[in-house]
Amino acid sequence: MSLQSPLGRVLGKGSAKSGFHHWWVERVSGAALVPLGLWFAFAVAALPDHSYATVRQFIGQPCHAVLLVLLAATATYHSRMGLQVVVDDYVHGKGAKLVVTLLLNFIHAVLGVAMVLAVVRLSLGGAA
Amino acid sequence: MAEFNLPANSRYKDIPGKLHPAPAGATKVKTFRIYRFDPESGEKPRIDTYQVDTGKCGPMVLDALLKIKNEVDSSLTFRRSCREGICGSCAMNIDGTNTLACIKGLDTIEGEVRIFPLPHMPVVKDLVPDLTNFYAQYAAVKPWLQTRTPPPPDGERLQSKEDQEKVDKPSACILCACCSTSCPSYWWNSDRYLGPAALLAAYRWIVDSRDEATGERLDELEDPFRLYRCHTIMNCTEACPKDLNPARAIGEIKRLIAERQV
Repeated sequence: MSLQSPLGRVLGKGSAKSGFHHWWVERVSGAALVPLGLWFAFAVAALPDHSYATVRQFIGQPCHAVLLVLLAATATYHSRMGLQVVVDDYVHGKGAKLVVTLLLNFIHAVLGVAMVLAVVRLSLGGAA
Repeated sequence: MAEFNLPANSRYKDIPGKLHPAPAGATKVKTFRIYRFDPESGEKPRIDTYQVDTGKCGPMVLDALLKIKNEVDSSLTFRRSCREGICGSCAMNIDGTNTLACIKGLDTIEGEVRIFPLPHMPVVKDLVPDLTNFYAQYAAVKPWLQTRTPPPPDGERLQSKEDQEKVDKPSACILCACCSTSCPSYWWNSDRYLGPAALLAAYRWIVDSRDEATGERLDELEDPFRLYRCHTIMNCTEACPKDLNPARAIGEIKRLIAERQV
């Protein structure tokens, strides 16, 4: 029970004066994923087979490695931004929201670093 | 989590509604299934069925509601005033769509006419929703002219014809709340998301050539919840009984905020 006025409730803590950045990078990363995703699909389809040696040779070419790192980083970032919107929409409890948001950041950080490291290792020939 | 289910005492399916059959000698019978809730009765909501002789009734849904209230069941509660689509009082969910009962033709509805209050709002009684929060959101966007230049001493502030046309459509909003209450983002976050009606009102003053607070208005709207909960679902534009386009207005606000940063 609160006797705060309806206008007072709506004005709340005021405008965050942010939100544009999130909205913008979500669209920019989405646009970047179109060519990167298409390239990846065609490149994988064009491989003669999917054996370790073939894939390693494919990733060994610097331009392929660069594109793969870009794809992994962009997809991870886009996914993190997109899922943040889902959390903002549907998760309302203050504690629950904080926990889910932190988990979201940690999981995406781990996934992104793991994918980039995999490409770098195969590309530079570190793996046996 | 967001509230996907109605509160326990709001589920109407548990209680059988009352049937009010058509009078003898009725020629064109149409069945109306109407949401009924009286907070003072202590009972759960129910759906009452009214069989109305539309042969002896005006052409609109509001005419049928008035006929029911006048001749069958005076306890049926709803808002109405102008009966010509300009006051916005009789906004309700008819046949699955938010619209104004006074301009929704009975002949556009096949079979039963199902009437509910505007979705996801607290119900005061029957078809009357509590719009307190909705009106406060309208007030929050400061829907009035803000200037620093003093007005000309010998006349009103002038506006070119082209500039007037920019505010012509958005200022035709009648604040019936059909758009905001059709928006899923508004259902889940109406405490923080301003909703299409308030954002359309904000846009009306942002594009007004006489207003000198555009930057402050954009500052107040740039917020992850106030503005950016809009995910261009477009239910607002679909629902608007005045054929306005709140979705486009919100898109324009996002574009203006982008233009000053990119």
